Amino acid sequence: MSVKQEQSREAALSAKGVESPLYAERQKVYPQSVQGTFRRLRWAILCATLGVYYLLPFVRWDRGPHAPSQAVLIDMEHRRFYFFFIEIWPQEFYYLTGLLIIASMTLFLMNAVAGRVWCGYLCPQTIWTDLFLLIERLTQGDRRERMQLESGPWTLRRARSFLLKHFLWLMVAWWTGGAWVLYFSDAPKLVADLATFNAPAIAYIWIGILTLTTYFFAGYMREQVCTYMCPWPRIQAALTDEHALNVTYRYDRGEPRASVKKAEASRLAGEPAGDCIDCRQCFNVCPTGVDIRDGLQIDCIQCGLCIDACDNVMAKIGRPSGLIAYDTDERVKARACGQTPPTYQILRPRTILYAAIIAIVGAIMIYALATRSLIGISAIHDRNPVFVTLSDGSIRNAYTIRLLNKELHPRKFSVEVTGLEGALLEIVGAEQGAEGHLVDIGTDQTREVRVLVTAPRNSRHAREDIEFIATDTISGQSARAKDHFIGPEKR
Amino acid sequence: MSTPQHQEVDAHTGTATTGHEWDGIRELNTPLPKWWLYILYATIVWSFGYFIVYPSWPLLASHTPGVLGWTSRGAVTADLQSLQVQRAPMLSALDAASFTDIAKDEKLRGFAIAQGRAAFGDNCAPCHGSGGGGSPSFPNLNDDDWLWGATVEDIRQTIAYGVRSGHEQTRVGAPMPAFGQTGMLKPAEISQVSDHVRAMAGLPTEKGYDAALGEKLFSEQCSSCHGDTGKGNIELGAPNLTDKIWLFGSDKASIADGVNRGRGSIMPAWTGRLDDTTIKALAIYVHGLGGGK
Ligand code: SF4
Ligand code: SF4
Repeated sequence: MSVKQEQSREAALSAKGVESPLYAERQKVYPQSVQGTFRRLRWAILCATLGVYYLLPFVRWDRGPHAPSQAVLIDMEHRRFYFFFIEIWPQEFYYLTGLLIIASMTLFLMNAVAGRVWCGYLCPQTIWTDLFLLIERLTQGDRRERMQLESGPWTLRRARSFLLKHFLWLMVAWWTGGAWVLYFSDAPKLVADLATFNAPAIAYIWIGILTLTTYFFAGYMREQVCTYMCPWPRIQAALTDEHALNVTYRYDRGEPRASVKKAEASRLAGEPAGDCIDCRQCFNVCPTGVDIRDGLQIDCIQCGLCIDACDNVMAKIGRPSGLIAYDTDERVKARACGQTPPTYQILRPRTILYAAIIAIVGAIMIYALATRSLIGISAIHDRNPVFVTLSDGSIRNAYTIRLLNKELHPRKFSVEVTGLEGALLEIVGAEQGAEGHLVDIGTDQTREVRVLVTAPRNSRHAREDIEFIATDTISGQSARAKDHFIGPEKR
Repeated sequence: MSTPQHQEVDAHTGTATTGHEWDGIRELNTPLPKWWLYILYATIVWSFGYFIVYPSWPLLASHTPGVLGWTSRGAVTADLQSLQVQRAPMLSALDAASFTDIAKDEKLRGFAIAQGRAAFGDNCAPCHGSGGGGSPSFPNLNDDDWLWGATVEDIRQTIAYGVRSGHEQTRVGAPMPAFGQTGMLKPAEISQVSDHVRAMAGLPTEKGYDAALGEKLFSEQCSSCHGDTGKGNIELGAPNLTDKIWLFGSDKASIADGVNRGRGSIMPAWTGRLDDTTIKALAIYVHGLGGGK
């Protein structure tokens, strides 16, 4: 195809859609089953991801007697998040920021390397839709049978298959919601409680909500979620470029379309003949109802199933496979114009940049996690009164001090103050032993104490920098908090 | 759904336009799915449910009440009630325990301090300051100088019955007389006795101060309440004049003003306004500010 043909093709495409109303009726999609490499890959990913989702709450992780033994647990009641060896407190939520940066950069990287990998293979919407389609196929048959069934009368067979399908859908949806709540409580106990109707109402409510959303999104909404509700197709459309791999119809090879016989005749006569036989198999298997031959479109989730479908057709008619394949725009365009296509470059400024950001943020997070302090202290100076004059003339400042014990056993911290000459420290309501001022703090808890610092009045400045130091009496770990000691203005 | 009347196809995207144009920019028509529109209709229908269930339409004097009978005031009351129910066990424990037991029980003490802090902010802060820092004539509750006693029981009693409050169990102590205004002391004597008070506190005195005269005047007029050495008397609420804490200021003018016009601050009795448990919590909170003994 020459540059001219290329332009006329674009013009032909733009003639579409003249009769476009403001609101469109939904075109129901009846995806046909297909065998092939990408189908097998998707089954494998589906099994792996669903397996993780349904089973992960039951994985145990020993944290000793004072902490939960569930490997992944979001403990709302005690405001803790556990992920295997990692434990996060609410004020350490910045780890989530790092995780989100890594997640978005991974999405960008996937997009720069091979298009909508997330949409086509990993997105829950895609995976559950795929699972629901499998159930649909098992109960109501493949594309043609389903279309016939739905356009035909309500027979006993139709009713039976209809009921069975929805029953199975609801079961899957219910399991999905059930697994969700297990991430928020001890899974084995919650399962027992749920079965004996002893679980808290909120658990049943969430199971109900997620059963319904799964049922509607995977059973009914399907591609409508991707096309109309999800922001990611828009973002990825703005991110992709002519160097990225995408599921592509190689129109340089496919056009002009003709039947097998006609194409053969044309080839013998030395006339141009494409490999596409217009059998529409690629369209029939597409879960979003897209004709990939119209080019890259926002509705296409790039699941790769049309590649499998077309490869099967090509094998049957004895033409080389890969008429639809992962390819880049610039390569297809170059071939269409009769030039040698540039080789695909995985190392491009964009991919390197994304990978570098992922590596840097990942390294920072690993460092932060590895050096995470298990002891903490913070101080707030009293606002009223800022200082107190005692009857002997000395000056006292009061502070609210919060001590953090992130260790999974109870500890005893000693508290001292430095930076102030002649300072005396007192903790209201705490013991004062030979080792100094000691405060008991329970497992994985914080404790607030009122601390009084008294110093003789002298000619010092009205404001001095001091520091509080909390030290674990056994391990020697310590944490510091800066504050001020304030006195009357110097006269 | 109507089809837009004037439809042109945008050459670049191949999408029909709505016919709207602004400065050469034309709006593409990407049709919305119908179900999306139906959701809009559904939300409109849903809003009618609100009209029925919740208060909505204004009437002349009030509004439609809604079948649930919901009011924002009622919601607050219900919230407060559920808080009361939640706090009931701790409140009754606080009520039953003695001050010594509470001091030993970290949880109960923390609860009492939280309750006390809230009650302090609502009732005591206007005079004593949000943290009990005080101001001239309103004592600082953080220091170690107490007119009426520093034990938690002393503090509870002062809060409950007040100072010169008129309550039958109030802290009593004749207010300090207005020595100058009643003619008991002449201006020159007031000056002498004021200097003497400053001398007792170790503060510099003015020229013309006669120590012997000052001491004589003090022991005649002041020592019955403040003691011979000016150390004060808790029974009478007479402050210690030798320490570094001055409720009305330590300069000679302030002291002389007190001698001239007299002093006698009043604190209201809180029993009857606050329940006993709240007063107990307040006492524990104030005691824990740092001055309690
Ligand atoms: S066009 Fe092909 S890759 Fe895109 S969604 Fe359809 S089947 Fe999947
Ligand atoms: S499956 Fe291949 S040959 Fe068949 S219509 Fe699609 S692109 Fe053409």
